[in-house]
Amino acid sequence: MIIVEPLIKVVLTLVTMLTLVILTIYTERRISAFVQNRIGPNRVGPKGLLQPIADVVKLVMKEDIVPKSANKRIHDLAPVISIGVAMSTFAVIPIGGSMEIFGQSVRMVLADVNVGILYILALTSMGVYGITLAGWSSNNKYSLLGGMRSSAQLISYELSMGVSIIGVLLLTGSLRLDAIVHGQAETLIAGIPAWNMFVQPVAFITFFVAAFAETNRLPFDLPEAEPELVGGYHTEYSGLKFGLFMLSEYVNMIVASAVIVTLFMGGYAFPWVEELGLSGNALAAAEFATFAAKVVLIMLFIILIRWTLPRFRYDQLMNLGWKVMLPIALANLLVTASVLAAIKWWN
Amino acid sequence: MSQNGKITRKKDLTLWQRIYIPEILKGLRLTIGMMFRPKITTQYPEERFNPPASFRGRPVLVEEHGTERCVACGLCSRVCPALAIEVQASETPEPKERYPEKFEINMVRCIFCGFCEEVCPEEAIIMSQEYELVFQNQEEAVFGKDKLLVPIEKVQSRLDFLHKHR
Repeated sequence: MIIVEPLIKVVLTLVTMLTLVILTIYTERRISAFVQNRIGPNRVGPKGLLQPIADVVKLVMKEDIVPKSANKRIHDLAPVISIGVAMSTFAVIPIGGSMEIFGQSVRMVLADVNVGILYILALTSMGVYGITLAGWSSNNKYSLLGGMRSSAQLISYELSMGVSIIGVLLLTGSLRLDAIVHGQAETLIAGIPAWNMFVQPVAFITFFVAAFAETNRLPFDLPEAEPELVGGYHTEYSGLKFGLFMLSEYVNMIVASAVIVTLFMGGYAFPWVEELGLSGNALAAAEFATFAAKVVLIMLFIILIRWTLPRFRYDQLMNLGWKVMLPIALANLLVTASVLAAIKWWN
Repeated sequence: MSQNGKITRKKDLTLWQRIYIPEILKGLRLTIGMMFRPKITTQYPEERFNPPASFRGRPVLVEEHGTERCVACGLCSRVCPALAIEVQASETPEPKERYPEKFEINMVRCIFCGFCEEVCPEEAIIMSQEYELVFQNQEEAVFGKDKLLVPIEKVQSRLDFLHKHR
């Protein structure tokens, strides 16, 4: 039973993630069409819902081309790193409290690690290896530029990301994501939930911007900037390997939204939970629904931002990262730490 | 823009603009508003574009009283920049005395410029409103008189347009 439970969870998570990615791709295409006064895919299946599946089938059937002068092994390995890292990041995110199945209490998280945040930070920075290796092993100048940009972008945004998280950690006093969620379950004055979004607004914004940069979404999609770099790091990829990159991009997006929700928007917790008087599985379902709704909201926001902001130039990106984001995050950390210290000294 | 023809650009953004987040929200308001505008896509095979009279579709020969207006002068063939038109004249007992024995337009070559229509002294060749042209091979793309002749009622709107604007 000890082995079976995590296994079931892993399979469930994988299947859910893949379905979610398909839905996300469809939603993104539809929304981008709406923003541009178009209709978008609506032919395959009801309302075009099967379009992503048709695309996957097309990708699988395509020829897998490896450039003659590419480093074949690394060329094959890169998408695997990318997708593996993206998928496994989700493991520590709690999607609900605990539920009763066959008389057993099951936690709704794959791995309740007590250094959850460190795990997420470590894995998201691993993800860039996939992109950089892909760019380097393709032996193509555009791919190489894309890969290089990706690593430079990661270095400049990881710092502000980490520093902005520290503010949250100081408030919660724990690296465990479950504890962070519980810390946000209460309400502040006037019924506003005690989400870190309201307690730490500056950290929320810096983290959000850094998350855009980490997931290579517009306005920070420099590693694959189409007008400049053909396709960026995946110029030389085709067929299923290209599909894996695509998949990992969307998985990254889902994971980033889940992390934002967990750290700053109260995760699966929602206010007025006691007034509803739910318990057991009903409570777990309500918590999961809350989590899902929040994640969907963040993802819609990310998609809309893609069609709102133009791509940053490379020097603008670096300026923003080092000269704006990092000082703001550091100042936020300083203020939070001194306020907390003052409160402690007062008591 | 100022006087003396020089373009002056505002370089310094205000602090409010430099914070950037309000500007993002402004942009979001625009994009979200766009989502609820009417769509401009036409769902092609079901909905079809109905071109106005000024549209230059495939060239056709006007058929009046069961015969073509064309007198086979060959001007269209001369003026055609893509050399798509081939005319062979012959005699006829009708009052117009000449008629095209063979009139072929190679639709692969045609560039829809409308010169043939402009040069025609008889208003015999005009641009129709048809835009759906599909061929399986090169031979099929050469339209003879059987495909080019169109009764005058069907192209009346184009003729009216030409009378009004030329």
